[in-house]
Amino acid sequence: MAANLQIPVADRRAPVIAPGHTFTSVTDKITNIVLTRPISVAWVLGFLVVFSMLNMLMVALGYLFFKGVGIWGINIPIGWGFAIVNFVWWIGIGHAGTLISAILALLRQSWRNSINRFAEAMTLFAVACAGTFPLAHMGRPWLFYWMFPYPNTMNYWPNFRSPLVWDVFAVSTYFTISLVFWFTGLIPDFGTLRDRAQHPWVQKIYGILAMGWRGSARHWHRYETAYILLAGLSTPLVLSVHTVVSFDFAIGIVPGWHTTIFPPYFVAGAIYSGFAMVLCLAIPIRAVYGLKDFITERHLEISAKVMLGTGLIVAYGYGMEAFMGWYSGNQFDSFLMWNRLHGPYAFWYHALLICNIGLPQLLWIKKFRVSTGLLWIWSFIVLVGMWLERFIIVVVSLARDFQNSSWGMYYPTKWDWMTFIGTIGLFLTAMWLFCRLLPMISIFELRQLLPEAHTHEPVEVAK
Amino acid sequence: MSPASFDAPGITSTYGLMAEFDSAQELVDAAHKTHQAGYQKLDAYSPFPVEGLAEAIGFRKNRVALVVLIGGILGGLSGYMLQYWVAAITYPTNIGGRPFHSWPSFIIVTFEMTVLFGGLSALFGMLALNGLPMPYHPVFNVPEFKKVTENKFFLVVFSSDPQYNPAATRTFLESLSPRMVAEVPS
Repeated sequence: MAANLQIPVADRRAPVIAPGHTFTSVTDKITNIVLTRPISVAWVLGFLVVFSMLNMLMVALGYLFFKGVGIWGINIPIGWGFAIVNFVWWIGIGHAGTLISAILALLRQSWRNSINRFAEAMTLFAVACAGTFPLAHMGRPWLFYWMFPYPNTMNYWPNFRSPLVWDVFAVSTYFTISLVFWFTGLIPDFGTLRDRAQHPWVQKIYGILAMGWRGSARHWHRYETAYILLAGLSTPLVLSVHTVVSFDFAIGIVPGWHTTIFPPYFVAGAIYSGFAMVLCLAIPIRAVYGLKDFITERHLEISAKVMLGTGLIVAYGYGMEAFMGWYSGNQFDSFLMWNRLHGPYAFWYHALLICNIGLPQLLWIKKFRVSTGLLWIWSFIVLVGMWLERFIIVVVSLARDFQNSSWGMYYPTKWDWMTFIGTIGLFLTAMWLFCRLLPMISIFELRQLLPEAHTHEPVEVAK
Repeated sequence: MSPASFDAPGITSTYGLMAEFDSAQELVDAAHKTHQAGYQKLDAYSPFPVEGLAEAIGFRKNRVALVVLIGGILGGLSGYMLQYWVAAITYPTNIGGRPFHSWPSFIIVTFEMTVLFGGLSALFGMLALNGLPMPYHPVFNVPEFKKVTENKFFLVVFSSDPQYNPAATRTFLESLSPRMVAEVPS
């Protein structure tokens, strides 16, 4: 039996699942991480680190709610500081998760089955981090519900012509649908955990979450329809979210924001940073939890290629911005380019070009795509580069707009940094818990990748 | 229903007869043969979606897509109508001299509401049509059934099937060479 378990793949490529696995072995390997693996000292120490980062966020937000946004470095002319930079950065990171789970499902890219679960979790946590920033930036976050259209005694309604209102709908829909998609994918695996758990309370908790899932053929049939329709709905959704985020800028008249290239350029940048985050997480997770059989070199290499491809689209975006700065003949647009290259933030613009365009070109070399250490460093470089991109877009454009009497500089305060690093803590704390509480790889989809799962048409019974 | 049915299986209340198989292919073949033999009320259980299994047990009426379509249309319509009512009727504001009913600005929220309602109907529609959440189901009374979420495949002929006969159906299921045949107390 073991002999025919080999997945047929082209010769030079690593398989999407290591040979020799059976339904039981994949189930064991993934559920044991949740159910039987003891909690290690390293896990606890790591958790303490990320949890204290999360507490730093709580302190920063608590003080913010007490004092107001004046504790941040924002002021006129730069009213959109770290809050918006980090919002766009985090929400972009989320995009890779939905791309992997939805778009690749529609394209029948079965290799996605081993990374979609934790990529979707990454999406949820990243969107949660992203959502923190506009809420905190509001000044009076306890009145956040004023953004939604609801009948109120003030007789007031939102202005639906404003991209900021579109953003509310785009981001809240994105979070909700990502959660629905993630939960739908988890239902059958909750069933597996329920049936394998030993402790009665653990059985009860997973049993409640599994909602009585019993793997009926009728249920699977409806389930698959629902899943593929969710993928179909999420595909335009993920493309729309960063498009709408880019409208926040593109509909304004500030030089460097008011361009039609923003939507595709933002979406490509989002996927670029998202895949960087996938690699940043997948490389340590597969090593620590012994999942190299399921997250193989093939996954890492494909992710690196997606990074390279979307990075080139982003590079095209930069090129077009520079070209339009010259070709438009608009003095403010051409000044913006000069200001980026030679102005007070020139160092960071050059750093951005090196991180996002220069260094990632080394991914053309196979050694960089298959060496986990190098790839991990490179994904980190891309994450830094994409953060700098959002910083340049938000801050440099606002710092020097039309009137030089209204120019200014932006200096983030310690509270800005604490909030930013704190959301990294929120993200990592959630990931830390996710790894031990939920199956981080979709078990039933992994079973489908095994050759034994494939069936042929039943033979007609002879009359 | 009562615990007594465990003591006297097959006499008073039996949910059906369960056969266990080792592979997806065996289950598809067995389900197909059972359906061909005239059994109408049967179900098959597997640890992952098996291609062709739903067809083999004669399941065709999948209305999830219709539910999602209706949900999506309702979401889109309500999104657009809300914006029209707010911007043109109840709270008209002059923004840069644009018409009150400035439809291009309303596309995005309409789209988001379509996706939101469509997605929620996909999850809740699927659960409702599947009858989930279901706190109790007779198939779990068979201890071997635990393996359905791991590596085993099951076929159940319900006792409500007109052709069901405890002895004859058991003989038929045994002819499909399963690992075991068990009675499912209800």
